[in-house]
Amino acid sequence: MDFNIYDFTSFTTWVHNALTSSMSPGWAMFVELAIVGVVFIAFYAVIGLYLVYAERKVCALIQNRKGPNRVGPFGLLQTIADLFKLLMKELIYIKNADKFLFNLAPFIVIIASFMAIAALPFAKGLHAIDLNIGIFYLFAVSSLGVIGILLAGWSSNSKYSLIGAIRSGAQVVSYELSVGLALLSIVIFSGSMQLSTIVESQANGWWIIKGHIPAIISFLIFLVASTAETNRGPFDLAEAESELTAGFHTEYSGIKFAFFFLAEYMNMFIVAAIAATVFLGGWMPFHIPGLDGMNHVMDYIPPFVWFMGKTAFIIFIMMWFKWTFPRLRIDQLLKLEWKYLLPLNLMNIVLIAFIVLMGWYIK
Amino acid sequence: MNIFKYFGEVFGAIRSLWAGMRVTGYYSIRPGKVVTQKYPENRKKLIIAERFKGEVIMTHDANNQHSCNGCGICEMNCPNGSIEIISNKITNAEGKSERVIDKHIYHLSMCTFCSLCIKTCPSNSITWGHDFEHAVFDRNKLTKVLNQPGSSIRKEIKEVKETKEA
Repeated sequence: MDFNIYDFTSFTTWVHNALTSSMSPGWAMFVELAIVGVVFIAFYAVIGLYLVYAERKVCALIQNRKGPNRVGPFGLLQTIADLFKLLMKELIYIKNADKFLFNLAPFIVIIASFMAIAALPFAKGLHAIDLNIGIFYLFAVSSLGVIGILLAGWSSNSKYSLIGAIRSGAQVVSYELSVGLALLSIVIFSGSMQLSTIVESQANGWWIIKGHIPAIISFLIFLVASTAETNRGPFDLAEAESELTAGFHTEYSGIKFAFFFLAEYMNMFIVAAIAATVFLGGWMPFHIPGLDGMNHVMDYIPPFVWFMGKTAFIIFIMMWFKWTFPRLRIDQLLKLEWKYLLPLNLMNIVLIAFIVLMGWYIK
Repeated sequence: MNIFKYFGEVFGAIRSLWAGMRVTGYYSIRPGKVVTQKYPENRKKLIIAERFKGEVIMTHDANNQHSCNGCGICEMNCPNGSIEIISNKITNAEGKSERVIDKHIYHLSMCTFCSLCIKTCPSNSITWGHDFEHAVFDRNKLTKVLNQPGSSIRKEIKEVKETKEA
């Protein structure tokens, strides 16, 4: 076995060969799927829980507080304790709720975010599936989550849930356009929809640097629109505490509530990971052409660390503006999308197409 | 809408949002600005503000003397009846009858910390103490006698009052 933290291709081929040599190809495929599933469930739980912890710490720092600091060193075990509390809580069944849809909704939300992580390239050769339309796929599955939210709102048979779900629907349908167009700008630059090709195209510089002004505009629009798409503050109208108690998950308790809660944080991780992959080079180290000494030092840092570092940076920015800005009203939210982000984005796409046509970007 | 006004709005919005993020960013990278105290660990060196209202206390000087003459204004002003004064009549050295307090009783359990007793005390004998750990297992322990045992009244009340006002 040839294990290398800089290139996982040999490792994954070794696993594949070991499995196919001992069983039929069908079974090998099945075992591989099971391994990937288990790894992703573990990853999902750890990332989801620690993002909740990170959010509480970032929020505390911004508000001059200390944040969780009692359970475990620096409060690191706080969210795990919270999860155990939620696991042991009673699942309350709503009298006139549509039971089947009510139980199904949290799983749809979770499955949508699960499908999205499958396509993310975590390091060289370390992705579950490398589709040639990766961005298109991510874009499609990340918007599936809203079906779960709408079902949760509809089946709860509660006015708060329904209003929250309708708002969420309006919001996701609007902001989907901006997310798609912002990603499209990098598709124009790199000429590919395959995530591994997009990452490879950033070996000599990340798109946010190579694509200069239009790429930065796209990046900012993507940040705003993806925050809105994941229903996070300042766009958290779907669960506006003050007017809708908790929005679409008002009637959920126990582990089903935890599913919505974890899915929200996981969606944040996914959009941050997409932004890191597309705009900040994914697992690609930071290279400046010509400075070979520095490039070698940068190459020494494993790609997985680069990927997680960039994702953490974008997550920090998203938390930063969640805890800075007040929430928008529903009309302001739609005005921001349809009157500002969408026209700017369309202009930006035309500008990028022109720049690529003339070759006015760093190649 | 004018195109210049439109872009002006966009840039104005970005500038004002960035101003807000600068403020929160400033605090997020300065742990020294954190105001939360780790309470049970630092109870020896807690920083408590001067204006903090923990409980009503009666100030006693080094000779175990207080300045309360038992006039009962605090008792009358208290909206919840948290204060009861039991006073005695004694005959002083000059042969005159004089009122002294036997017990200044304060029911912490009924107090709303409105400060009316302290504001209206003519001789400034009661004030706010900074003790806040009031949890007890028996509610009778919340009834406190404010004058210390064996304490007596200080004679130069008038002077104290004047210096305090000046």
